Amino acid sequence: MNPGSTYDTLRTLADSWGLAAMTLVFLVLCLWPFRPGARDEADKAAHSIFEDEKDGE
Amino acid sequence: MESVLMRAGLWFAALVLAIIACALSVDWGFGVHMGICALAAGIGLIVTLRGGDFSAPAATGAAQSRYYDDVIRWAVIATVFWGMAGFMAGLWIALEMAFPVLNLGIEYINFGRLRPLHTSAVIFAFGGNALIATSFYVVQRTCRARLAFPGLARFVFWGYQLFIVLAATGYLMGITQGKEYAEPEWYVDIWLTVVWVSYLVVFAGTIFKRSEPHIYVANWFYLSFILTVAMLHLVNNAAIPVSWFGSRSIPLAGGVQGALIEWWYGHNAVGFFLTAGFLGMMYYFVPKQAERPVYSYRLSIIHFWALIFLYIWAGPHHLHYTALPDWAQTLGMVFSLMLWMPSWGGMINGLMTLNGAWDKLRTDPILRMFVMSLAFYGMSTFEGPMMSIKSVNSLSHYTDWTIGHVHSGALGWNGMVTFGALYYLVPRLWSRSRMYSIRMINWHFWLATLGIVFYAASMWVAGLTEGLMWREYGPDGYLVNSFAETVAAVHPMYVLRCLGGLMYLTGAAIMTYNITRTIRGSVQRDETPFGPITFNPARDVPIIPAAARLATSAN
Repeated sequence: MNPGSTYDTLRTLADSWGLAAMTLVFLVLCLWPFRPGARDEADKAAHSIFEDEKDGE
Repeated sequence: MESVLMRAGLWFAALVLAIIACALSVDWGFGVHMGICALAAGIGLIVTLRGGDFSAPAATGAAQSRYYDDVIRWAVIATVFWGMAGFMAGLWIALEMAFPVLNLGIEYINFGRLRPLHTSAVIFAFGGNALIATSFYVVQRTCRARLAFPGLARFVFWGYQLFIVLAATGYLMGITQGKEYAEPEWYVDIWLTVVWVSYLVVFAGTIFKRSEPHIYVANWFYLSFILTVAMLHLVNNAAIPVSWFGSRSIPLAGGVQGALIEWWYGHNAVGFFLTAGFLGMMYYFVPKQAERPVYSYRLSIIHFWALIFLYIWAGPHHLHYTALPDWAQTLGMVFSLMLWMPSWGGMINGLMTLNGAWDKLRTDPILRMFVMSLAFYGMSTFEGPMMSIKSVNSLSHYTDWTIGHVHSGALGWNGMVTFGALYYLVPRLWSRSRMYSIRMINWHFWLATLGIVFYAASMWVAGLTEGLMWREYGPDGYLVNSFAETVAAVHPMYVLRCLGGLMYLTGAAIMTYNITRTIRGSVQRDETPFGPITFNPARDVPIIPAAARLATSAN
């Protein structure tokens, strides 16, 4: 490799394995709430803010 | 006693160091700033020695059963105060734009120095204090745990106010590193870093000691805002001071690299400070005010991750048609366009939360504030991606269209959601049954809404006028208009913008009065309530046709 190739190395990494890894992580994070049984958890979480109606008094 | 002595010693050391730095200063601005620091340390010393250290009861037993709200109350008051300061500065510089004579020939209040004062006051002082107040409120309520490290939380609040004062006075004295939205110089940046890390410790510490197993989604947004702003701040402000006792510094990155880092910072200040943080507010206060759970919790998670993964790449759209490589400009444009989807995911999620509760809008002006803020969030996040398209940007760039776009987001989305949150918080934090006046909230709502309409509409017209006049060529290849002609052409729009700003400021002044009265006394304004609608079942019947009525009476 010639001395000026740090840019090329990083650039190639970014638009191949880096891009693939980030896409994969992104997809897993987005699909995670749709795993079996997650619907109930989400409903429970959405309602959780109404359990504390007395504001700590 | 030892702890009081210890803290007094620290304050005294800070005081002495600030005075030494003031004496050694190589420029007067740095000297003034060290004087302000010495003043702050002196106040801290006096307060400590007089015993009024505002410390919470020891965090054991009974205290743990109460939320720690002192800092939240202070931050609510600071939000209102800095909001008024920022809006007034905005109106003043808008008047300076329309009538340059108002610069008065005084360097300290000319447009160039007041403009960063305005932007920092509204974004970091008004918005920042609103974020500190709401994040501390929401994280305690959703985690069902008392705030971690109350003493550190007090430091976060007062340290942040010192940052604001140093930044604002610096702008007036001409101290700036010339980076938009990151104008404060190196020593103020270091101070903000200390404060911000403390903020992270308090917030994350509270999440760690939570009683709820699940971390509610609002806290995800708040945490991403705190973490990302820390990262952006550190990278963008990397600089070498010219002198340890002077206010000048040289940035590490120069040229196009420096420009890209600046707009990577600048756009993510919008994305994480003004979007993620305020979405955290939205995901708590909109469901609470509507008394309905968020429309889709799973949508909130997907659009959270989409915002996180996309926003960070969108900055280069600020550098279209510059020396930045073409591929980087296109990358910025593509990611900006993709951002449209998660942004609208958030808007839809917020608005649909009102499904089945839309009738509440008739009687609840606070909910109106939230709905209008979501509407403006939707509009400005549609406009933004559109403006990032290169061909659109070639028309809109450097024109007042950009200013209009920013203000529809800032006044509409950030302002309105903050006002709604303040109206939600104040009666609860000061134990009042409601705000002093509900009708005044309604006045505020309409003044703010109309003000934004005047502002955004006049800036659209001004921006398109400028863009079209700047690019108009005559048949012989010369530009038709001189720059001065375009300035004269948009003058009426600049005056209209002042009107919009005045209306928005008037609304905020009404809010200030309303909040002050609510805090000061339990008196409520005697007014016709936004009560339930009048309904008379006896009159709620169809009219019997005349012929049928005659037939009935004949019988």
